[in-house]
Amino acid sequence: MEMTEPLIELKDIYKIYEMGNEEVRASDGITLTICRGEFVAIVGKSGSGKSTLMNIIGALDVPTSGEYLLGGEEVGSMSDNQLAHIRNKMIGFIFQQYNLLPKLNLLENVELPLLYAGAGSSERKEKAMESLERVGLADKWRNLPNQLSGGQQQRVSIARALAGGPSLILADEPTGALDSRTSRDVLDFLNQLNEEGNTIIIITHDSSIAQEANRVVRVTDGKINFDGDVNEYSAIL
Amino acid sequence: MRSFLTMLGIIIGVASVIILVSLVNGQMSYMTESFTSMGTNQITVNVTNLSSRSVSVDQMYEFYEDHRDLFIQMTPNVSVSTTVKNGNESMTSTRISGVSEEYLDLKDQTLESGRFIQYSDIVSRQKVCVIGYYVAWELYGGVDKAIDETIKIGGNTYRIIGVAAREDEEELESGGSDDFVYLPYSCAVKLTRNANISSYTFATADLSKTSEAKDAIDGFLMEVFKDDDLYTITAMSELLDSLNSMIAMMSMLLGGIAGISLLVAGVGVMNIMLVSVTERTREIGIRKALGAKKSNIMQQFVIEAAVTSSIGGVIGIVVGCVATTVIGSAMGLNASPTPTAVLVSFSVSVGIGLLFGYMPASRAAKLNPIDALRSE
Repeated sequence: MEMTEPLIELKDIYKIYEMGNEEVRASDGITLTICRGEFVAIVGKSGSGKSTLMNIIGALDVPTSGEYLLGGEEVGSMSDNQLAHIRNKMIGFIFQQYNLLPKLNLLENVELPLLYAGAGSSERKEKAMESLERVGLADKWRNLPNQLSGGQQQRVSIARALAGGPSLILADEPTGALDSRTSRDVLDFLNQLNEEGNTIIIITHDSSIAQEANRVVRVTDGKINFDGDVNEYSAIL
Repeated sequence: MRSFLTMLGIIIGVASVIILVSLVNGQMSYMTESFTSMGTNQITVNVTNLSSRSVSVDQMYEFYEDHRDLFIQMTPNVSVSTTVKNGNESMTSTRISGVSEEYLDLKDQTLESGRFIQYSDIVSRQKVCVIGYYVAWELYGGVDKAIDETIKIGGNTYRIIGVAAREDEEELESGGSDDFVYLPYSCAVKLTRNANISSYTFATADLSKTSEAKDAIDGFLMEVFKDDDLYTITAMSELLDSLNSMIAMMSMLLGGIAGISLLVAGVGVMNIMLVSVTERTREIGIRKALGAKKSNIMQQFVIEAAVTSSIGGVIGIVVGCVATTVIGSAMGLNASPTPTAVLVSFSVSVGIGLLFGYMPASRAAKLNPIDALRSE
């Protein structure tokens, strides 16, 4: 995998909401390129527009205007079903609240992306089990999510994100609900995944978490006002 | 718990439809049956004989002989109100009828023993009679013991020449269908001290000729009486027709009630499904983020609705069938669940489940993943 091959290309992205008579520019002309194998943190305060940016990168939302190429494909003008397909194939989500389905056991939870990809039953089980093994929870596959600690649940959600073999892992405040020790574990695991060649984007409000990444993008008022190496970022703090 | 409540609606709906339809069907077939056994091919004629205008038995027979293409049997009916006695034992509720030799066939009755009244008995006014099964046992202690014995009817002594076969298989009682004495109408007329006979029963050869036969009788009587208030002609088959139309109306009414109860069940399903969608907005968001298409979400909710309502439907059928049998036997009805009722109520319940599950499902499918994920 070539480090310099662009995975994400955002060109002049605008996302504008109408709030009554007021116009809210959640993304105000963002241009950003992220290459394969990068570990990027998108940092910003609440209301800065970082969540909007994450939604657009994650193909959960489409920009009002601008161009978004994900792996060379134009995502910005896709239909709902095409977006669903992109999310399924290309993106593994990790959420702050883990977002596991409480009534399904761990294996079934991890199988979900494979189910929507149309994989057969035995293939789903095999891949999901592999993925659970990677996060060290294969022996607990029968358990329900609420029988696990927060850290373990987040590992399951990482396993779920990995199961479909995505091009991009998108983590939204992955340590927001965890104590510092389990946060450390999760961050170390993400680092390890990056070293294995996965492209990872962390969205966070926490500068210290952002410093775990190799590159930091800071968003304020819908605009990027810093984009650089983690060392440069540390220097301006 | 929630899906159980949904099911409960369907269960009650389906079960009540089956119970209602089956019980009413049982009751109706019982009514129709007992009505048919009374003889649907019979036409009863009642006349009011005046001194100036009257119809004699001979005239009636003449008419009957002229229309043998329409009628197969005819009998005058002479009711005598008096008591029958054997020695000191008497019976007061016994039906005493003066009839013709064709009466037995007309009423579709058979004899247990002996012979029936013959034409010669009528002509010569023989004091003979045929008695019912109940009378034979009550007054003589058996069918064979009654034959050739004498019986006193209104002070006259009659010889018993035959005993009719038992009509009511379930009970023998005073005033019941086996408590009667038949004698030649010529003798009965003397007992009533009336010169003329006011009631006749005809049997038509063919049910389809009922109205033609009625018209023939009407024409004949109109000529004699010149006034249609002086006679009445009643065809059993017409009563059956009106009974049938009543039954049809009741079935429709029932269908309406059944439809309403199933509709209520359907609204229940929709309600629960809507709540379920609202409660599971987050789940829908997660599934969509993981790549579920609209059709996947749709499928999930529609299948859920279909499964819930089918399980409810099956339980409803079981409950309905059991309850029908229990209630039916308690009411003494031969009520069994009709396959139509089972099939219709089941398919309607599943159909309603699908229909009312579809709307919440399409709402769920349209949810924006971001909003859905944000909901708590």
